[in-house]
Amino acid sequence: MISKDPRWLSAIRIVGLGFWLIITIFPLYWILLTSFKPANQIAEYPVRYWPRQFTLDNYTSLFQKSEFGSYLLNSIVVSAAAGLVATAIALLSAYILSRYQFRGKGAVMMAFLVTQMIPAFIALGPLYQMFTNLGLVDKRFGLVLIYIAMTIPFSAIMLRGFFDNVPDSLEEAAMVDGATRFGALWRVIVPVMTPGIIATFIFNFVNCWNELFLAVTLINTDDRKTIPTALNGFISSFNIEWGPMSAAAVLTILPTMLLFAFASRWIVAGLTQGATKG
Amino acid sequence: MAFRKWSLWDLTSTPFVGLGNFQTLIADPMFGKVMLNSVIWVVCSLVPQLLIGFLIALGLRKKFRFRGLYQAVVFYPWAVSGFLIGILFRWMFNSEFGVVNDLLMRIGIVSKPVPWLANPDLALVAVIVANIWYGVTFFSIMILAALQSVPDELYEAAALDGAGRWQTLTRVTIPTIRSTLVLTVLLRIIWIFNFPDIIYAMTGGGPGDQTQIATTWMIQYTQQGEYGLASALGFIIMGVLVVFTGMYLMLLNRERTS
Repeated sequence: MISKDPRWLSAIRIVGLGFWLIITIFPLYWILLTSFKPANQIAEYPVRYWPRQFTLDNYTSLFQKSEFGSYLLNSIVVSAAAGLVATAIALLSAYILSRYQFRGKGAVMMAFLVTQMIPAFIALGPLYQMFTNLGLVDKRFGLVLIYIAMTIPFSAIMLRGFFDNVPDSLEEAAMVDGATRFGALWRVIVPVMTPGIIATFIFNFVNCWNELFLAVTLINTDDRKTIPTALNGFISSFNIEWGPMSAAAVLTILPTMLLFAFASRWIVAGLTQGATKG
Repeated sequence: MAFRKWSLWDLTSTPFVGLGNFQTLIADPMFGKVMLNSVIWVVCSLVPQLLIGFLIALGLRKKFRFRGLYQAVVFYPWAVSGFLIGILFRWMFNSEFGVVNDLLMRIGIVSKPVPWLANPDLALVAVIVANIWYGVTFFSIMILAALQSVPDELYEAAALDGAGRWQTLTRVTIPTIRSTLVLTVLLRIIWIFNFPDIIYAMTGGGPGDQTQIATTWMIQYTQQGEYGLASALGFIIMGVLVVFTGMYLMLLNRERTS
């Protein structure tokens, strides 16, 4: 748009964007506020939009009354392990998809795309049976394995897009200087692609961190649960304690928000390419 | 599994029942209701998401101070899982101490608190509102990326031909990004159809199965240990998915060859 907008249009735009900003932020503000309210102010009506006093009681009771420390640790370990392995495997597959022509390549890309359309919970029953036979039910290791399988396809699509943006001449020059193909990949291309690789890892980490239905089905022992599994237990009870609940929600949302904010530019680039170019 | 009687409560006999599970499902009066709910869930979530997302993308197309910051803030729902969004909205729609009722009463739209999630007629509205809120981000990101790839020459040409704002939008901008629009809509239909998380967290399919969609129903069967029925339902869901995924891939291929 070259022409300047008339004043009324700019005004509409500012008001519209401002309005949407408020609507978007409000739920987050509300859960934060609730988590710092003392119990008697959470359950009062009419509602207060600014508490009379701030308290950390909800957070302390969350850690005292539940195994929240364990849940947090489990979530971090499982998401980090699965995210790392999946990113590494996807990096190699993406390299092959980007640099080599082979028969069935189209089919592989197609399979990667299609598996993204099918949610994991479709196969919960058979998966549970399979994991029972393998002795992987109720083990964090089993969860890591299934998360790796879940996150590889899209990571490969995303990373392939980043590889395509790196010219072949880079590794060719390195190979002329006597580097092996793998050496060229490792020493020349990976450094160039670092932001993309980190973004892919973050994307995987957040996906595992947020995953619910597989974890609920496969994990039973309390101190092996990830956060979403534990929250599922909280909301299934008849009487939800909204104070500790909101504290738990805040602690779950904040890390992922920070990670995404840090890598959002790259993730957006990877996703828009992946979804509309294939 | 879909073709066997398979229940966790009786693993001693899992006979082959052929299409029996499918018959059981389709004979259930719930089946029609669940499918209708799924359609309502997809259509009523998707259309507002698309419209609001498009408007926001238009608003963000021009550079302004703090645009980067605005985007970073407004796009945060992306990082949060549907399940947690469901929990947030469950609390806001709470009938006793919920902030939604409080706001509506302050504005004067309702005179007394409304039991949103306990009222069979309103629960579906509440979960759809949450879903609209959650999905706008995706459309604004995708459409904004497409808008920024529209070449300036097109706009210059339109301006030379004396096209007004509205004409430029409908005759230049929208046709240019049409393929992105169609692809994202198809992707989103698939995605929303497959998205039980918000409903699961807010109502669990209740009250009285009023907010049950195909995927929440399937999860309920799974959690009750009725794996045979759950797998049969999974098959039916896959059938719907295959159709839409096929359409998506065909369009994607046509885009790539053109």
